[in-house]
Formats: sequence, structure tokens, C-alpha cells
Amino acid sequence: MSHRIVILGAGTGGTLTANRLRKAYGSDEATITVVDQDDQHVYQPGLLFVPFGLTHPEDIVRSRQRQLHKGIDYRQSPIDHVDLEADTVHLADGSTLGYDVLVVATGATLVPEETEGLAEWPPNVHTFYTVDGAARLEQALAELDGGRVVVNVVDMPIKCPVAPLEFCFLADWFFTDRGIRDRIQLTYVTPLDAAFTKPVAAATLGGMLDDRGIELVTEFNTGEVDGAGGKLVSYDEREVPFDLAVVIPLHGGQAYVGRSEGLGDELGFVPTDPATLQSTVKPNVFAIGDATTLPASKAGSVTHFEGDVLVENVRRFLAGQDLDATYDGHANCFIETGFGKAMLIDFNYDQEPVPGHFPAAVGLPLLKESRLNHLGKLMFQWFYWHALLPGRDIPGVGSHMPEAGKTTTPS
Amino acid sequence: MPTKTVTGVEVDVTDDGFFTNPDQWTEAMAPELAADEGIEPLTDQHWQVLRFMRSEYAEKGTGPTVRVLGKTSGVTVKELYQLFPKGPAKIAARIAGIPKPRGCI
Ligand SMILES: Cc1cc2nc3c(=O)[nH]c(=O)nc-3n(C[C@H](O)[C@H](O)[C@H](O)COP(=O)(O)OP(=O)(O)OC[C@H]3O[C@@H](n4cnc5c(N)ncnc54)[C@H](O)[C@@H]3O)c2cc1C
Repeated sequence: MSHRIVILGAGTGGTLTANRLRKAYGSDEATITVVDQDDQHVYQPGLLFVPFGLTHPEDIVRSRQRQLHKGIDYRQSPIDHVDLEADTVHLADGSTLGYDVLVVATGATLVPEETEGLAEWPPNVHTFYTVDGAARLEQALAELDGGRVVVNVVDMPIKCPVAPLEFCFLADWFFTDRGIRDRIQLTYVTPLDAAFTKPVAAATLGGMLDDRGIELVTEFNTGEVDGAGGKLVSYDEREVPFDLAVVIPLHGGQAYVGRSEGLGDELGFVPTDPATLQSTVKPNVFAIGDATTLPASKAGSVTHFEGDVLVENVRRFLAGQDLDATYDGHANCFIETGFGKAMLIDFNYDQEPVPGHFPAAVGLPLLKESRLNHLGKLMFQWFYWHALLPGRDIPGVGSHMPEAGKTTTPS
Repeated sequence: MPTKTVTGVEVDVTDDGFFTNPDQWTEAMAPELAADEGIEPLTDQHWQVLRFMRSEYAEKGTGPTVRVLGKTSGVTVKELYQLFPKGPAKIAARIAGIPKPRGCI
């Protein structure tokens, strides 16, 4: 009998899962159906570069459907809800899809409406986390000739936790390049108690902010973004004034998750086993990428590494076998640091980012700025469309974190 | 491992004052722990949050973040900051005798 596999979302995780599953099963062994609400696949890491004119919206968006291999059914409709008991997905166009295995890959969404004053996006308040926001910010930055620029993360979790820091580094370069750096006061405002979540990387990144004259405000829990008054106000009544604010809004799971009885937690993320990627809500439901509750960064590289274990486990589940519990939380991020350089960090659930080389002693420098890493960051876009989404393996880089080349052993 | 004496009883805590063994905590300890945080007296609303923290911990193995507290405890985030200024999730966890909430990565 042919298995029915339904994948919700055709972003990073949904696309790579569908393509890999299509290779794993012959067309008479399984039907694979993917659902998404539109046909605009955004290369999200590119959003960081749009405000600085380094790339353009049309260069980072492609057709979703064209990233899916032959033999995959694509359904374009918003998802209304999932009926876990009946193993059925209800689409907003009124149709339904029954499944033997469901893969949730609908990512995270921005919820600016949960912060007072943010949903209106006043003229001096911006974000680069959406295509429209990034384009609007490009214009605002081009017109700015001085003042206080504040970059604020409202609260974790967010997609790509290093992106707001990269934005600061690029802004420092951008204003220097335009010859107005001395007229700009740049401030990074975070709810964390340091520049980043992991201690060794936080110290390095904090030092880099300092070197560039970027002020760091920590443990700031934004309660209100007051555009008219030009200030961020924290819940404990501290204030940070700004002329232009770049805000990363709160993130949550998708609204349909909340409408699907039993599928999500309070924030709309799907409770998922961190080692197997099977959901804990029902055995035939799996989840990948930003949609899960995994204690890992919400990043494309994490989604990519999860793909291996997920596809193997869907196969094992359908064959009635025990699951493979080996996803280790591997994450790998290039951090753009401005002036044509970047840094690379590589870590997992247990090992925090440390210096060394990736993937082994001869390789890209870790936790250290270099031109090579900047080229790596630029190459990633090519790699994303041509290797990651189609589900090709990269020679020399497996899904588990390599320990060779790191200067300390896992704690 | 540091210890601390609350209502005459010795309990295990971390360097930053979080209980490592929530079973050593009793409701009678809460007023004294709260006073250490500068919170006096404990009102019904404080207790609503503290009991919620305990039950969440028992169920999930970690205390909730401020955002989850605001969505599920029946007390808004704004009120939480009035009740426990300077970080409701951490301070309420210390008073409720549970480990530091894991938070997010
Ligand atoms: C500014 C920025 C910079 C980033 N930089 C990096 C980086 O440098 N490196 C890195 O590794 N990662 C980076 N990321 C993160 C990375 O893009 C995401 O982690 C990754 O895309 C997650 O994949 P996903 O499949 O979980 O979600 P997505 O790729 O977001 O896909 C989710 C899909 O679900 C669909 N969907 C949602 N709700 C519904 C519904 N109700 N009905 C139908 N369809 C629905 C959406 O349309 C979307 O296509 C960055 C992200 C941002 C925003």
C-alpha cells in the first residue's frame, strides 16, 4: 500500500524534506503532498543585506514550486487547521488532506502586535525580518544623515539569533563607508544578559561591539515601542531614546497551530523530541525547523542538519522500526562582521561555539573574523538553492557536529 | 554546593540563589525568600504566580518564561513586572523554590 505523506510548509525545511523523501521512495511507494500559502520562497539570510543595498528583494525570492522535485504534489492554500484525531489537514480553500505521516514545517511568524506600539510600524520604526520591511528600511537608511540608531531584540526566541548583531556590524560599516559614522550613535538593546546566549561567543561578540563603538544595553525587556516619543520603554520602566529603531519583533508559531487542538504549546510551537524530531503530540506527526520547540537556534543550518534524521525517521516509522535518536543540535552560522569579513561558529546542544577550524584542523577559522568566511557567507546562497533545498549532501560535512578542529573538548 | 538557611531549615541553592531541589521548599519559606528579594508582603496575586510556577515546573521540568507566564498564568506581563520588578521569571522562580528557568537559545 502506498504511504500518504503530507508536509506543511514549503520553506527551507518543507522543501528539503519533500525532495529527500521523494528520493527515498518510489512513486508507487508513497505520495508526497506539500502545502504552502504562496509561491514566494524567500532566501531569508539575504534579508540582512537588503537594507544596505547589498542585495535586492528580487534577487532573494524564487518560486516555491520550482524548488520541488518531480512527483511531489504542491497545494497552494493557507492551512486552516489540523485534526490530529482524524489524521486530516483542513485547508482554507475547503479541501482536506488525509495522511499517514504529517511533517510540520511551517516555521515561525512575527507577532509585533504583542508589543505596545509596534504593530503600527511608525515611520521611524523598522525591521529587516520581512521582505517589505527590509526594503522600507533600505530607503530610511539611505536618507539618514545622523542621529541615534537603536537595534532591539524584543525577546527570544528569534530566527537566526546572530542576525541582529550582524546588522549592527554592517550598519557600522555602512555609515563609515558613507562618511557619517561620527554623526551616528549605534546601540544594541537585548533582553539577554550579554551580546549572545553562549558565553565564549558572547564575550567575543561583545568585544567586537565595543571595538566598533556600538553601545550594548542588556536585560532590557521591551514593553513599548514609542515611535512618536522616539523611545523604547522596558517593562521595568527604563528608556532608550532613538531617532531610528530597527526592531526584531516577538516570534511565535503559526496561527493555525493554535487552532489545531493538541498540536502546539502556548506560543504555537510544536513540542518535538530533540533527538528524533518526532513530535510528542502524536507518533505520526514529525516537525522540523523553526516550528519546533527544540532547544537549538532557529536557523536554516539547523533545519538542514535536522533533515537527515527526520527523513530517516519518517522512513523507519512507516516501516514499523525504532527511531534513530541521533540529532545532536548541530548548528553552523556565518556571522557577517562588516568590511568584507565574516566569522563562523559551529556548535550543538552540548558544545558551545569555541575557536578552532571547521570542519577539521585545516578549514575555515572558527570564532575569528576572516575574508574567507565572508566568501563562505556569500556562497551560502548558491548552496541554499542548489544543494540544501534539492537535498544533496555536501562532501565533508555531515549532519553531526565535527569535534576535530575545535580547541576545546565538549563539556 | 552552597546552602542557605530559610525558616531555620538548610536548603541547597546555586550561586545565584536558585533551589536545586524543589522538594526542599515549603510554602512557609516563601515570605522569607520574598523579603530577601525586597518583596513584602506577598499578596494573593503573588501567590497565584508562585503556585503557577510550581505546577508548571512539576509538569514540564522547567519554569516558564515571562512571556509564557503572561499568556497562561492569568496575570499580564505588565502586572508581573509590578509584582516582581527586575525580572519576574527569575525572581518568582527563586521565591517558588524552583531552578532557574532554562529560557531560550
Ligand atoms: C533576517 C534573517 C536572517 C537569517 N539568516 C540566517 C543565516 O544566516 N543562516 C541560517 O542558517 N539561517 C538564517 N535565518 C533563518 C532561516 O531562514 C530559517 O531558520 C529557516 O528558513 C527555517 O526554515 P523553516 O522551514 O522552519 O521555515 P520557513 O522557511 O520560514 O518556512 C515556513 C513556511 O510555512 C509556510 N506557512 C506558514 N503558515 C502557513 C499556513 N497557515 N498555511 C500555509 N503555509 C504556511 C510559509 O509560507 C513558509 O513558506 C535567517 C532568518 C531571517 C529572518
